[in-house]
Amino acid sequence: MRSLLLRALLAAAALLAGCGGSPWNNPYPASEAGANIFYSSFSERPKHLDPVQSYSSNEYVFLAQIYQPPLQYHYFKRPYQLIPFGAAEVPRAALYDAKGRLLTERTDARLVAYSEYVIRIKPGIRYQPHPAFAVDDKGKPLYHNLQPADLDNIFALGDFKQQGTRELVAADYVHQIKRLAHPRLHSPIYGLMSEYIIGLKELAGKLGAVEKTLPRDGFLDLTHFELGGVQVLDRYTYRVRVRGKYPQFAYWLAMPFFAPVPPEAERFYAQPGMAQKNITLDWYPVGTGPYMLTVNNPNRRMVLERNPHYRGETYPAEGEPGDAEAGLLADAGKPLPFIDKVVFSLEKEQIPYWNKFLQGYYDTSGIASDTFDQAVQFTGQGDVTLSEEMRTRGIRLQTSVATSVFYLGFNMLDAAVGGYGESSRKLRHAISIAIDQEEFISIFQNGRGIPAQGPVPPGIFGYREGEAGINRYVYDWVGGEPRRKSIDHARKLLAEAGYPDGRDARTGQPLLINLDTTASGVGSKSRLDWYVKQFDKLGVQLVVRSTDYNRFQDKVRKGNVQLYFLGWNADYPDPENFMFLLHGAQSKVKAAGENASNYANPEFDRLFEQMKHMYNSPERQAIIDRMVEIARHDAPWVWSYFPKDYSLHHAWVHNSKPNQMANNGLKYQRIDFVLREQMRREWNQPVLWPVVLGLLALVLSIMPAVVVFRRSERRKGTLALQGDGSGGA
Amino acid sequence: MIGYIIRRLFYAIPILIGVNIITFALFFVVNTPDDMARAHLGVKRITPEAIALWKVERGYDKPLIINNNKTGAAVLTDTIFFDKSVRLFVFDFGRSDQGRDIGYDIKTRMWPSLAIALPVFLMGLAAYITFALLMAFFRATYVDFWGVVMCVAMMSISGLFYIIGGQYLVGKLWNLVPVSGYDGGIDAFRFLLLPVLIGVVSGIGSNTRWYRTIFLEEIYRDYVRTARAKGLSELRVLFRHVLQNAMIPILTGAVVVIPLLFMGSLITEAFFGIPGLGSYTIDAIQSQDFAVVRAMVFLGSVLYIIGLIMTDISYTLVDPRVRLE
Repeated sequence: MRSLLLRALLAAAALLAGCGGSPWNNPYPASEAGANIFYSSFSERPKHLDPVQSYSSNEYVFLAQIYQPPLQYHYFKRPYQLIPFGAAEVPRAALYDAKGRLLTERTDARLVAYSEYVIRIKPGIRYQPHPAFAVDDKGKPLYHNLQPADLDNIFALGDFKQQGTRELVAADYVHQIKRLAHPRLHSPIYGLMSEYIIGLKELAGKLGAVEKTLPRDGFLDLTHFELGGVQVLDRYTYRVRVRGKYPQFAYWLAMPFFAPVPPEAERFYAQPGMAQKNITLDWYPVGTGPYMLTVNNPNRRMVLERNPHYRGETYPAEGEPGDAEAGLLADAGKPLPFIDKVVFSLEKEQIPYWNKFLQGYYDTSGIASDTFDQAVQFTGQGDVTLSEEMRTRGIRLQTSVATSVFYLGFNMLDAAVGGYGESSRKLRHAISIAIDQEEFISIFQNGRGIPAQGPVPPGIFGYREGEAGINRYVYDWVGGEPRRKSIDHARKLLAEAGYPDGRDARTGQPLLINLDTTASGVGSKSRLDWYVKQFDKLGVQLVVRSTDYNRFQDKVRKGNVQLYFLGWNADYPDPENFMFLLHGAQSKVKAAGENASNYANPEFDRLFEQMKHMYNSPERQAIIDRMVEIARHDAPWVWSYFPKDYSLHHAWVHNSKPNQMANNGLKYQRIDFVLREQMRREWNQPVLWPVVLGLLALVLSIMPAVVVFRRSERRKGTLALQGDGSGGA
Repeated sequence: MIGYIIRRLFYAIPILIGVNIITFALFFVVNTPDDMARAHLGVKRITPEAIALWKVERGYDKPLIINNNKTGAAVLTDTIFFDKSVRLFVFDFGRSDQGRDIGYDIKTRMWPSLAIALPVFLMGLAAYITFALLMAFFRATYVDFWGVVMCVAMMSISGLFYIIGGQYLVGKLWNLVPVSGYDGGIDAFRFLLLPVLIGVVSGIGSNTRWYRTIFLEEIYRDYVRTARAKGLSELRVLFRHVLQNAMIPILTGAVVVIPLLFMGSLITEAFFGIPGLGSYTIDAIQSQDFAVVRAMVFLGSVLYIIGLIMTDISYTLVDPRVRLE
């Protein structure tokens, strides 16, 4: 019995150790020990992995490693700079007038009829191995005429035994642009792109008409349709014509929306029975990028592995000043990618993620508010440093200001807080001063953010640093830094706006402003109470109307709000991508656009139309300065803050530099997996004494019970014997 | 008994229809088809045309319950409710609003859920009954008193505390098992050890107290006194007589949950990264995926009804006086 117990304990210990001598708490298979693998996580399943549909950062984490759009962002250089990826060089727009005459770049944008981008791709790029490319001896596709019975034993893409590849051609890029108009794919940028890409709207019309004639899951073969503004010029060259002058188009070329998709993959996935088995392009991407998705189980883990056909790209040799000194250019010229495999594990909760990061089972980590104090501390000068525990482990901290903005918007159509009169403006300025963003960032963001002075965040062309960049309606420049105007000044503005001490001068009624928000519950209470307190400084009553997301969106769409919270993440590093949020033509109520404040200032709108067609230049900066000044004066938003991203990296992670635009940074990362293995073993030695102590405590606590039980049984036996004796007497 | 079971299954049909109607009403009170389309298509740059197309494709362009534009039976059948509900009754869950096969997802995800829930259920039941019998045996002694105190203390602590504390102590501080994660096959043991342990321990307080009450009710009955008078050992009295006679209330609580073990546990699975069904419904509610919500609520109802029928059947096995007619 004892030997059986011993054997069982030994077996359990072997199972805990993963049968390979690795730490007992290692969550990965023992076979992965010492492998060149990067470990990361994801918290929610990606909604889309089809590059024409995906528009979310948690999806780009995967897609950007798999697909190869024509362009990408330089990993190190700032301001962000486009460089070739699938393309041989960054295309320059050629501008033409209505008669087809070539114009110069400085020509008035109103004269430009269309811009032409001729994109030449690199020859020799090959797709990842995929069954859609598998061919038989005669070169005919193996899996393009499958019958439902052929799929009986197919449950995942890996169940197809044969795989193939082929060279990337310009037609694949063109095919993907056509897919923007596919009636079943609902590309989020179709609306925008149909305004620009010539012929896209017409193609969507044709496809829509044909689609109606097809059965429910019938295949709509895009190769049978032409797209007027997009042409294949030769095997490696294609041309895109966009209406007017649209310099931002180049940025779109760096997004997965414009990555190549091979038509045969679409044909392969469209076969009957595939969708029923969840085998779709939206689930199994097919790309030419450095990695390919080999495991897609979003309930557990997703795995990217090196695309064996990816070659030709090398580590950058240039960066910003300081990059070389930081050792970031040490790998210059080496072929990419460095890492063989990337494992993303599902980690819905922050606490287990953090614990596993500290054990060395995740290579990098963000910092949640729960763990902030454990990870980071502030020096007397207000600088951020790592805690002693982090430093001991060799963890490094990287910070960067996100290309995002958070704001508290006023509905400019509202009778109380909106409007463009002097009193309305003064009311908004008073509120802007009263809301102490510095305090908010300190309390609720753990200092992770910088107060916004306007709509354009740092790192984006148009942002101004220092005194030139402050919002003079809210701040003064004192002692070399911006200082928020006093609350007395805010009260004075409020009185001038007709609300002395927060009461309507005409009626004597207190001023009451409603804040619509999706924040609710205990977690948000302190934050919302803080906002009430800020308004209370002015004597203004803030009524928080918490609502669910759907109702909130509905209210914003209909303009039934006074104040609301929103934010925006940049699609691309251009001020146009922030300024358009205040463009009158984007009014949420009038045009279902992205301007939720329904702000409309004719001068701002005119300057926006001018600015968006320009390349970065001093003239453009001057226009942006004027636009920012107009927006600050009208104050449709309380410019809240630009968030700061903090990330932690273990000592074995190399070549990491925050890049808010490039999502395909995994290929540059390098792991010292020997060091990682060593540290994991050092940090994760099993501690057995608590188990021994626990068992001992259990035995000790049971012992008295056993003793009492035995004594009671013995007493019972004695009583029975005595009973028998007396009976016999 | 077969007649009784068939009758109960027929009774289930109106219950399931009712559950379906309530689910449908509650879901669409909070979400309109337009909201659903926006949730699926994203919040950036979505046009009204894309929303309209999405609804047409998935059949959400129809009226909710009554179609006044139709005549005859189509008034009721050409509606979202009819379209989305009828196939459920033949267990055809169809595709989620994201396009995934719901049946396949359920089949894949129920096994990890079961891998945690079944051991927790069996080991827990054994542990709780043993502890409860032990306390009943030492009734009115310091063991019983402190046992109850411990139980009250343990049931007063949040389940989340057990999980976070367990992960910190066993996984992080003592490095004995992985903090979270999952793997198939024999390797699953390493990942299941901690959640199962925590599942059992976190239930000790409330369950032991509950079973102790049941046993104490039985322990003073005449048949127990008779058994003791016959000179049976206390162990035999407890396990042979008291336990057997306390089976009806035990089965009432235990058997009904057996079919629901497939459905998993939201918090345990989220914290331990178990790819089970626990979060399937919640994720679907958050992403406004009505197809998954209705399928999971329907499945939950069916399993609950099966659990109730199984409970009735189990009564006949432990109590010969019970007859299902």
